Amino acid sequence: MKAPSFDYARPASLAEALQLLARHGERAKLLAGGQSLIPSLNMRLAAPEMLIDLGALKELQGIAPQGDGLRIGAGTRHREIEHSALVAQRAALLAQAAPHIAHVAIRNRGTLGGSLAMADPAAEWPACCVALQATLVIASARGERRVGAGQFFKALYSTDLATDEILVAVEFPAPAPKARSTFLELARRRGDYAMVGLAALASRGAGKLAGVRLAFLGVAAVPVLARRAMAAAEGRQPDANTIAAVQSAIGEDLQPGADLYTSAAAKLHLARVLTGRALAELAR
Amino acid sequence: MTETSRMEELFETTITVNGTRVTRRVAARTHLVDFLRDELGLTGSHTACEHGVCGACTVRVDGEILRGCLMLAVQANGRTVDTIEGLSDSGEIRDLQAAFHERNALQCGFCTPGVLMTAQDLLRNRPQATRDEIREFLSGNLCRCTGYQAIIDAIEAVLVARRQARSA
Repeated sequence: MKAPSFDYARPASLAEALQLLARHGERAKLLAGGQSLIPSLNMRLAAPEMLIDLGALKELQGIAPQGDGLRIGAGTRHREIEHSALVAQRAALLAQAAPHIAHVAIRNRGTLGGSLAMADPAAEWPACCVALQATLVIASARGERRVGAGQFFKALYSTDLATDEILVAVEFPAPAPKARSTFLELARRRGDYAMVGLAALASRGAGKLAGVRLAFLGVAAVPVLARRAMAAAEGRQPDANTIAAVQSAIGEDLQPGADLYTSAAAKLHLARVLTGRALAELAR
Repeated sequence: MTETSRMEELFETTITVNGTRVTRRVAARTHLVDFLRDELGLTGSHTACEHGVCGACTVRVDGEILRGCLMLAVQANGRTVDTIEGLSDSGEIRDLQAAFHERNALQCGFCTPGVLMTAQDLLRNRPQATRDEIREFLSGNLCRCTGYQAIIDAIEAVLVARRQARSA
């Protein structure tokens, strides 16, 4: 199908974009990489009066050190994150997750901020940001504010962003000493929507796991931090007993709903399988 | 239809397509593949799913492959676009086309332009790819005829041949 008619603006600065957004509000949609918005326009699931194209905003670009952590502009494309040496060093989880996002032709266009603002329940970046305790930087004509990734995702395709706000950047804290991470995802084919995915990190000192973070995607409307499972792993040696205890705790953390292809029971089972693999990987 | 009820604003858009600079006035809602096909008559890039799933519309913009149905023509303003016509005419993929021919890597041919664009991106950027990696790289291009085996065979053959040509 073809997109319905809409007006189009390509502001040259963030200030200009915020003015446009303040003026047009809910009648406008922000266009980032367009890899979710343009399909929904083509299929006429969305019919905004105006698209505000963020593609020219330098303020949204770039991957830069911030202290010992990292700041990534919301307009940064998946592909840039995938191949960034700085990301591999300071937020390796992102580099591990990126190859799972759709296909190269999509990763060349889609952006970090676009994916986070879209908040697809099967998307990779939301779970990674929750696992890494990232902070989202949000701007509006009223000023700038910051919100933790854990508070950002509200419901299905719904976030903390108000209609006059633009996601500007994401800040990632410095990795803990000896931090390791792994990103695992099950899909029917590479690039398909995830049945279940897991963004996991932990440090390993004196043979024990510390700072364990397990964030799941594809099991609920928003990313799920598996708190009981994390507690079951914390301070433990990653041996078979620990892994079994953590896998058992997953049942208390997750109540996945069935999707078109995968039953709730299968999703829970697969989440446990991924948990076992992730802990084994983190323990290596 | 509601579109006819008001004048649609047109945006002057200049794109270098297969080496030639073209300027047209386009509606914002026109995606790149419709622009290439309808405005320029370059019908090698195909429109099928028009929501980014099938890969039949794959084109190269500023040297990178993307879904032509998921980029607006106005977003390509000032950029360089290469289509299957350009890659074919320049001889850039002559060996790839020959390998597809030899191995029957196409039947109806509908997906073929997109598959060739994707395959050429792999050949350029991942010359060391394994067979599994070729398969994975092609996962975003749907083919309903061949069962993929012959496509993977053809790409692998060219990968090996180009590698040998470089080391010779």
